[in-house]
Amino acid sequence: MEVFLVTLLNGLVYGMLLFMLASGLTLIFSMMGVLNFAHASAYMLGAYFAYTVSLYAGFWVGLIAAPVICGLIGALIEQYGLRRVHRNGHIAELLFTFGLALVIEKVVQMSWGLIPVPYRIPPELDFALFKVYGTQFHAYRAFMLLVSALMFGSIWLALTRTRVGLVIQAALVHPEMVSALGHNVPRIFTMVFAAGTALAGLAGVIGGNYQTTEPSMAFSMGPIVFVVVVFGGLGSLLGCFIASLFMGLIQTFAVVLDYSLADLLKNFGVMVSSSTPFAELLTIPIPRIGALLPYALLVLILLFRPRGLMGTRDT
Amino acid sequence: MYLSIKAALAAVGAVLALSFASTAAAQGTIKIAYTDPLSGPFAQVGDANLKQMNFIIDYVNSKGGALGRKFELVPFDNKSQPSDALLALKSATDQNMPFIMQCSGSNIAAALMEGIEKHNDRNPDNRIIYLNCGAVATELTNEKCSFWHYRFDLNVAQKAEVMVKALPKNVDKVYLLNQDYLFGQSVQRDIKVFLAKNRPDVKVVGDELIPLGKIKDFSPYITKIKASGAQALLTGNWGPDMNLLIKAGIESGSNLSYYTFYAHLTGGPTAIGPAGDGKVYSVMTFSENHAVDIKNAQAEAWTKSFRDTHKFDFYAASFRTIFEMVQAGVNKAGSLDVTKIAYALEGLAVKDFLGYDAVMRKDDHQINSVYHVGAFQKTGIKYDSEGTGLGWKTVATVVAKDVEQPTSCKMKRPAIK
Repeated sequence: MEVFLVTLLNGLVYGMLLFMLASGLTLIFSMMGVLNFAHASAYMLGAYFAYTVSLYAGFWVGLIAAPVICGLIGALIEQYGLRRVHRNGHIAELLFTFGLALVIEKVVQMSWGLIPVPYRIPPELDFALFKVYGTQFHAYRAFMLLVSALMFGSIWLALTRTRVGLVIQAALVHPEMVSALGHNVPRIFTMVFAAGTALAGLAGVIGGNYQTTEPSMAFSMGPIVFVVVVFGGLGSLLGCFIASLFMGLIQTFAVVLDYSLADLLKNFGVMVSSSTPFAELLTIPIPRIGALLPYALLVLILLFRPRGLMGTRDT
Repeated sequence: MYLSIKAALAAVGAVLALSFASTAAAQGTIKIAYTDPLSGPFAQVGDANLKQMNFIIDYVNSKGGALGRKFELVPFDNKSQPSDALLALKSATDQNMPFIMQCSGSNIAAALMEGIEKHNDRNPDNRIIYLNCGAVATELTNEKCSFWHYRFDLNVAQKAEVMVKALPKNVDKVYLLNQDYLFGQSVQRDIKVFLAKNRPDVKVVGDELIPLGKIKDFSPYITKIKASGAQALLTGNWGPDMNLLIKAGIESGSNLSYYTFYAHLTGGPTAIGPAGDGKVYSVMTFSENHAVDIKNAQAEAWTKSFRDTHKFDFYAASFRTIFEMVQAGVNKAGSLDVTKIAYALEGLAVKDFLGYDAVMRKDDHQINSVYHVGAFQKTGIKYDSEGTGLGWKTVATVVAKDVEQPTSCKMKRPAIK
């Protein structure tokens, strides 16, 4: 029971971090129809900007400033980069964002160095909040849950209750009609891109001191975020939310489930020894392949339900 | 059109002249290629190694280098990939460097050893020696041994034995957690062998392999370890896998003791923090407090001059042994012929800068040198680590002749011309 509760909490925290990162990408992917490889780079930039700002003005100023800077950078990228590349098709946009991700990584390496920077949890949040059966639950994790919940709530409210949100939702599905009705669709695109990038930056501010802040963090978080976005489905924020929690919980629970296929077969009376064919595959315990499971699920969902869980558009 | 061809030829000529000039100037140094991860998740380790090596080389050069020439370190980033390390090897042999050094990653070491065997076989005039400064999987000086490979750090079996002998009597349940590649699997196997041999009362309640450099949050693992009832965690993890594991463990407030190979490397003390007082042990070649304990003022002053100019402590005494042994070996061979130097290094015995014996065994090219067990604590230390207020105190020492272990190496030696 202790293991279950603690793992559940850990999985939730990790899942919410994934959601913070994936929500922006879902919006952008739904709008532009192209994978933004530079999204995880915005996550990295958010962490680094927060680190630099916190050196001079403290964590809380960085919490506000870093996402804003990331949003501005996103707007610039969209207006002067993506918009021009857009007329050359999806592949060109994809390559552009991929190249951008590489360039950003190198720029970060040159500006802040190759080794991780000491971006730390602020001392106000550095204590144990409560104990679960003897394991401490750190206050900063609760803070992460709070910020991501607030983020989810405010995005959902903004999209469904405000006029701008309704226009954005319409532009996601029928951009030409919305444009014909007199709305400035290109400016909406820029706004959504900037907002998505700012959200990634916010995720970076929160996640950078929870994990380590180093130049390779973009390429290590990137793949799992794509899995979440595709699994959750395009155009659906709720799908993204469910998918992130699901992936976070799977990866965390996989660590504590010490079973393998051989154990399953044992229940049916089949003993697996070292001479059984495929013995090595059958005795692999789940923790060892835990990091692989999300990608296996990605392959499955693309095979059987390419729309994703709750997608409104085909991938 | 004609003018631009002339301009191009002039430019090419100038570049060639400059490059000849630079190689001529560099004729005077003995080049040592150094390849390790200098970017990516393990960049911290490679960077710390590089800084300590440059510090040591400056010292060795100030003492005259070897055969009247100075040593020069040429770093190559291998991004933790064997393929990039082999590219570094190619660059090194293209530039006729006599040595290549590598510390981080036994999988990379294995790839290098194979590449060097083939290269040295086919190119007897352009051979290269592999100085292994830290890839410690036991196989590399046993089944996979090679004449051109010299290992200057104790291998996993030796470190595992030191660690098992340091386990206190009241510990009877341990958990093993290691990285899922050649080295980590070597640790897993050897710790179990030595536990069975020296501490049959100890039960291994859990045994885990984690993907290398991928896990950012170890709290699920800590949960599992606590649930197993283990009193001590034995791990060979290094780099971020070590630092993040200990960080998660100390943060969870558990009572675990940690017996590690590499908690004393850069970033470890910061990850442990003041809350880890008395909980973490590491097997190591050196700590600045050890120089104080054995009252070696010269060694203390020398390592202090490093700490004064860098943000982390000096731990790589074994690197200084490497360069001093290479210096002795080159001088003994009396020439820069790589085969002669290789034969000169075999069986070489030196005293390290703390006065302990270090011997490069001829049978398998494994060094046997002093090793200590250090405890991370607040009391009884003069020098703290990374500004945490706590430092490493030596609680056990094993000298060279007591770390020797048998080897299964059947070395093939080249003809000396």
